[in-house]
Amino acid sequence: MNWTSIDTWIVVTGVLCAMACALPGCFLVLRKMSMMGDAISHAVLPGLAIAFLVGGSRASLPMFLGAAVTGVLTAVFTQWIGRFANVDRGAAMGVVFTTLFAVGLVLIVQAADHVDLDPGCVLYGAIEFTPLDTVRIGTFEIPRAAAVNGTVLLLNAGIIVLLYKELKLSAFDPALAETLGFSSAFLHYLLMTMVAVTTVAAFESVGSIIVIAMLIVPAATAQLLTRRLLPMLLLGVLLAATSAVLGHLSALLLPPLVGFESTTTSGMMAFAAGVLFIIAWIFAPRDGLLMRRFGRLQARELEI
Amino acid sequence: MSGLPSIHEFREVLLLDSYNTRLVVLATTLLGIGAGLVGAFLLLRKRSLMGDVLSHATLPGIGIAFALGTTMAGGGKSLGILLTGATISGLAGVAVMLAIIRTTRLRDDVAMGFVLSVFFGAGTAILRMVQSLPNAAGLESFIYGKTASMVAGDFTVIAVVSTLCAIAVIFLLKELTLLCFDQAFAASEGWPVLLLDGILLALVTAVTVVGLQAVGLILVIAFLIIPAAAARFWTERLPVMLILSGVIGGISGWLGSSVSALLADLPAGALIVLTAASIFIVSMLFGTARGVVPKFIDHRRLQRRMGRQHLLRAAYEILESKSRPPVNGPILRESLMEHRSWTPHQLSRLLAQARGEDHLEPTPDRSIVHLSESGFGEAARITRNHRLWELYLIRHADIAPSHVDRDADMVEHILGSEMVRALEAELATRVQVPLSPHRI
Repeated sequence: MNWTSIDTWIVVTGVLCAMACALPGCFLVLRKMSMMGDAISHAVLPGLAIAFLVGGSRASLPMFLGAAVTGVLTAVFTQWIGRFANVDRGAAMGVVFTTLFAVGLVLIVQAADHVDLDPGCVLYGAIEFTPLDTVRIGTFEIPRAAAVNGTVLLLNAGIIVLLYKELKLSAFDPALAETLGFSSAFLHYLLMTMVAVTTVAAFESVGSIIVIAMLIVPAATAQLLTRRLLPMLLLGVLLAATSAVLGHLSALLLPPLVGFESTTTSGMMAFAAGVLFIIAWIFAPRDGLLMRRFGRLQARELEI
Repeated sequence: MSGLPSIHEFREVLLLDSYNTRLVVLATTLLGIGAGLVGAFLLLRKRSLMGDVLSHATLPGIGIAFALGTTMAGGGKSLGILLTGATISGLAGVAVMLAIIRTTRLRDDVAMGFVLSVFFGAGTAILRMVQSLPNAAGLESFIYGKTASMVAGDFTVIAVVSTLCAIAVIFLLKELTLLCFDQAFAASEGWPVLLLDGILLALVTAVTVVGLQAVGLILVIAFLIIPAAAARFWTERLPVMLILSGVIGGISGWLGSSVSALLADLPAGALIVLTAASIFIVSMLFGTARGVVPKFIDHRRLQRRMGRQHLLRAAYEILESKSRPPVNGPILRESLMEHRSWTPHQLSRLLAQARGEDHLEPTPDRSIVHLSESGFGEAARITRNHRLWELYLIRHADIAPSHVDRDADMVEHILGSEMVRALEAELATRVQVPLSPHRI
């Protein structure tokens, strides 16, 4: 294996992004909205197209704003359809994101007359190329993607630390939260904004696969390991970081073993997160398959 | 834009003259019907996003099938091999999802998200690896097809799968209905719940894989969700919903692809989704069973009726406190307001409504309210119904007198005349208006 400083930066960027996603991901999983990341990944298309049509260029700030606004709108529309029309949340989400994506496609066809705007390459960056695009902070030169995802991570962590009690209550008992005077709606939209910004920032820098996976899988694994929120958040972040490291390592080591040249780091990071989940699924101290089987045997012995 | 199509072009598309148009329009219509049918069950099982999960979960299968096909058979890019790989991979995803739901306390959405993201991640990793094999270029776009470039083979496969869906739905209607509405009961009655769930998800997998190849990812996802969600607004009965869902799916496919054939530079998939979304929005607003507008009108009507009854009963109770049996006479607006703690605004609205229904005599003084002849009669009737109901609750439903007023307030508004007669008979009351069983 030939480890270079590029690999170090890929891993650092991946770890920062994974941790930034895992934090809001825990709340998404608790609120039964795990599919939100995937929904947003499709739904941002019209935002990008409009930003492009209005701004006339592929500058990244208008694109980012367009995408973030559409991401939040996805959550808002999903919430409205779910609440006012009493539609199952998954279905509401599906209606919203497929429709937005279709609107985006039609808009892009209009824009494509002027200049090449491919939905595949506007937003979806690749983590392998992140070390090439750097920014200077103080005396250090670091990849822009690392800076962006680090900032998002700090923002997410800050919001969760500040509003920990409120977020916890509204995740587990929204009715009680409402009676105690915390606006569930405000917290919901805050969380959705967090998810939208995190997702879009990460898409743009490292690609969508990592984001969709890191929003759900580390949080789900953590939920298998603990039943308390704080340990769940900490475990989620730790598992996300571990998945990112293992993902890049296996992206380097695995292909030669099966006779291929190379593979994508982001895909392997998602896959590594899945492997960690499966390990927890089998060996979790309380809810793991083994403990359940073992516990059942014990119970049977006691009966006899 | 190429400008508006001519009448000749309209005719050509409507009558399906050109071969390519005919193929695309018929195929999308059929796929819409099939997806609408199975989508209805997914919606009721709260698994609408299954199409989304499956379409991402096919990726590793496509990659592996291509690699195996290339190294063993020599031609990895054969549609049959790739579709088989996609199906197996999709079914594996379904199996993992069901296993997670059954053996952990994670919920459906987490299991779905897990399968989607991990399979998709593994799929991209595998696809990148097999890029080094010969003839691998464009593998992804080869499987994630475009609606306009459909061929006759696609049409046949779609027709077969849609027919299969229809047959399965007709023959397993009772079983699948039970699975959707009361899985625990179905299991306790000895139905093979897991098998039924498996059959349903296998149908969804078939629709997804076939649709994915022929019309693309987003359209398949939309076809499985939107028609069913739209149909739900019109009915509370499953058979009706199934038919509606299939029809809405079919109409969306037909209309969307026809329009796309007329306006050549708009993608068919997007137009079909937008057609379905328009039907969804209309259904959401005006659907007779659950639509937003009918529900709002119903709610307003009920509120008006309740307001009217509360006002008249309050007036009657005030008159009753003055003399027994009560005699119609002037009532202070103030005392009415205190009686039910209305705000001045609410009371004015109720009084205006009562005036419109001829329940009030016109009075020169605004601070005095006077019931009309018919208003007084109506007030006596409403109060009597309310008290009969209270008596019924206390004697026959064992509800404490202190709690009865609240329940009576809620239920009396739907008390039918038959029920009132039954109560009168049962309670053998001869009093015109029985006394209130509790302190007012």
